[in-house]
Amino acid sequence: MLNRLFIMLLLSTSQIVTAEQVIKIAYLSQELKAPAALSNLEPFIKNKGLQGALLGLKDNNTTGQFTGQSYQLEQKIVSLEGDVQAAFTELLAAGFQLVVVNLPAEKLMALHKINAGKALLLDVATRDDSLRSQHCLADTLHLLPSRAMRADALAQYMLKKRWNKWFLVVGKTKQDSLYADAIKRAAKRFGMKIVAEKTWQHSYDARRTAQSDIPVFTQGIDYDVLVVADEQGLFGEYISYRSWLPRPVIGTQGLVATAWHKTHEQWGAVQIQNRFKRLAGRVMQEQDYAAYLAVRSLGEVITRTKKTDAQSIKQYLLSGRFKLQGYKGKPLSFRAWNGQLRQPILLAAPRSLVVAPPLEGFLHPSNELDTLGYDEPESQCQQ
Amino acid sequence: MWLKSIVLSSSLLASTTIYAETIFVSLEKDNAIAVVDPIAGKLIKTVAIGQRPRGIELSPDEQTLYIATSDDDTVITVDANSLQVTGKLPAGEDPETFAINPAGTHMYVSNEDDNQVTVIDLKAAKAIATVAVGVEPEGIAVSPDGRWIVSASETTNMLHWIDANTNQIVKNTLVDPRPRALSFTADGQQLWVTSEIDGTVMILDVASKEITQRTGFQIGGVGAEKIQPVGVKIDSQRRWAYVALGPANRVAVINAQTYDVEKYLLVGARVWNLAFSPDEKRLYTTNGVSHDISLIDLERHRVTKSIAVGRYPWGLAVKK
Repeated sequence: MLNRLFIMLLLSTSQIVTAEQVIKIAYLSQELKAPAALSNLEPFIKNKGLQGALLGLKDNNTTGQFTGQSYQLEQKIVSLEGDVQAAFTELLAAGFQLVVVNLPAEKLMALHKINAGKALLLDVATRDDSLRSQHCLADTLHLLPSRAMRADALAQYMLKKRWNKWFLVVGKTKQDSLYADAIKRAAKRFGMKIVAEKTWQHSYDARRTAQSDIPVFTQGIDYDVLVVADEQGLFGEYISYRSWLPRPVIGTQGLVATAWHKTHEQWGAVQIQNRFKRLAGRVMQEQDYAAYLAVRSLGEVITRTKKTDAQSIKQYLLSGRFKLQGYKGKPLSFRAWNGQLRQPILLAAPRSLVVAPPLEGFLHPSNELDTLGYDEPESQCQQ
Repeated sequence: MWLKSIVLSSSLLASTTIYAETIFVSLEKDNAIAVVDPIAGKLIKTVAIGQRPRGIELSPDEQTLYIATSDDDTVITVDANSLQVTGKLPAGEDPETFAINPAGTHMYVSNEDDNQVTVIDLKAAKAIATVAVGVEPEGIAVSPDGRWIVSASETTNMLHWIDANTNQIVKNTLVDPRPRALSFTADGQQLWVTSEIDGTVMILDVASKEITQRTGFQIGGVGAEKIQPVGVKIDSQRRWAYVALGPANRVAVINAQTYDVEKYLLVGARVWNLAFSPDEKRLYTTNGVSHDISLIDLERHRVTKSIAVGRYPWGLAVKK
């Protein structure tokens, strides 16, 4: 007891700079409706993203005590029926210049229009290639990998394994079609062949079960690997072990392409997995990872430059000087032409991390991370 | 000296076998240490030691082996001759790396999960202070005169200079991203620090505590992203410095006077940490992913042998 007291005394007197610079970051999100679940055992996570931002804030403040900087996070979680645009306008009026946005693509686009370049938006939710290659939001940084980046990562691995003949199974949502588009682009890019494409119809019939339905659905096609596009997870999990031919499943289920995964432990990842679990009481999801990186990116720039305005921060983030440690063994940086975070993609099975593309041998003249997704010459966005 | 060597040899006689030199290697995923005779080039035995052993050091008198068993949240003391565990130190949560002052009286432990350094009085086996540092402190080193303890925080990207007399931070130096290992030169004038993410080794002037030199690495046929410097050692004459380059699977040989990289030595996969033989004629490396250690002849700068030791060899300590 006495010993502990002594330690605490020492702690309190250790040299800690008093904060002089206060950095205000906003976090804007909206409540979600719980989607249909495949399993009643998997809980719906309400605060994906926010917990990552809070961990990033904590890390920034640990550093800040030595640099005289203190970070604050203003949380704006709009209710299900609430008005996101109004909330954003309020943030702008209150002078927030750094806004972490956890909203779907259409809503992000709406904010972009209101913003008119005033604040820097850090998008931690979308994976749409259109935002990154056609709409070109100059005020936005995208932290999560796009669908094309994910598909290219899968394609690199399938090429390496010589799984050349793909059977593509697509769900009925708009997102599933976009994912399938990315897969088709990757197949073309890496010279692979889509031998069949089928849409999963969700036709409910009392006489049919996954056990009998999947074999019939997959019968009569000769393929190396089944690629599934089911972003909501409504049927993809049923395919493994039930297909007519014994073939691996890859894509949104089976071997998945993701920014973060619970099985990832290399390059110091164990440390952040543990830190996150202690803070949030659950495993880190990819939106949490994105929000963590968003807040850490800001911290990294502000530590080094002491500047806190959107313009200076954006300039530094998009410059060659910015390098972020993201627990994936390679320095992360932003693509200057579209604000996409360059990063390795994790290909993970439920209990083991298989590989983290870009894989060896896929070369690029400037940065091998740019072998994933739309490269500068393919993008309509220019610096 | 004469008396000391008599004591030493008698204690060696008491143990079962005598080797000219012994390497102890911590095996992160085998929960054990490997005992290697580098002269014979052989793995002698593997001894179960505790959960997830990582940092490993010998006391200055070489009689005690200290091993951080991270998942047991302790640093254990082991009799370096009998390899029996003799005690546990209150090292704080998840200890990974630590450093011992030259006098052998104090140990400084990085607690990666708690963002602190724990100071342990080794004689009393008691934690006497904790120092709050940046996020994920890992590399730690004590200056040859015992005055400075430098802790590197991997995510804050900072070196914290702790005064050994007061256990207080007196200066912070911002460095390249994800600083890993650090090593003082024997004359105490320089501190060498590796940056895993930037692929550099930085050389700091201890007097000013600023970076004065930076060396990068380029290896034909090996991508820049594979060059992730970790362990660094400088010989006592400050003629050569050696840097383990992680997944580049090589050790860089740097002229410590000109700071030019003169050679790259191919060792095992994901080379992590380094240790000299007592006479500095050999350098030993732990190769994390190929589960072996490499022996390097420093007179010819050649890799002479690799020895399979067990799963995920992390660090090593060498006993005369």
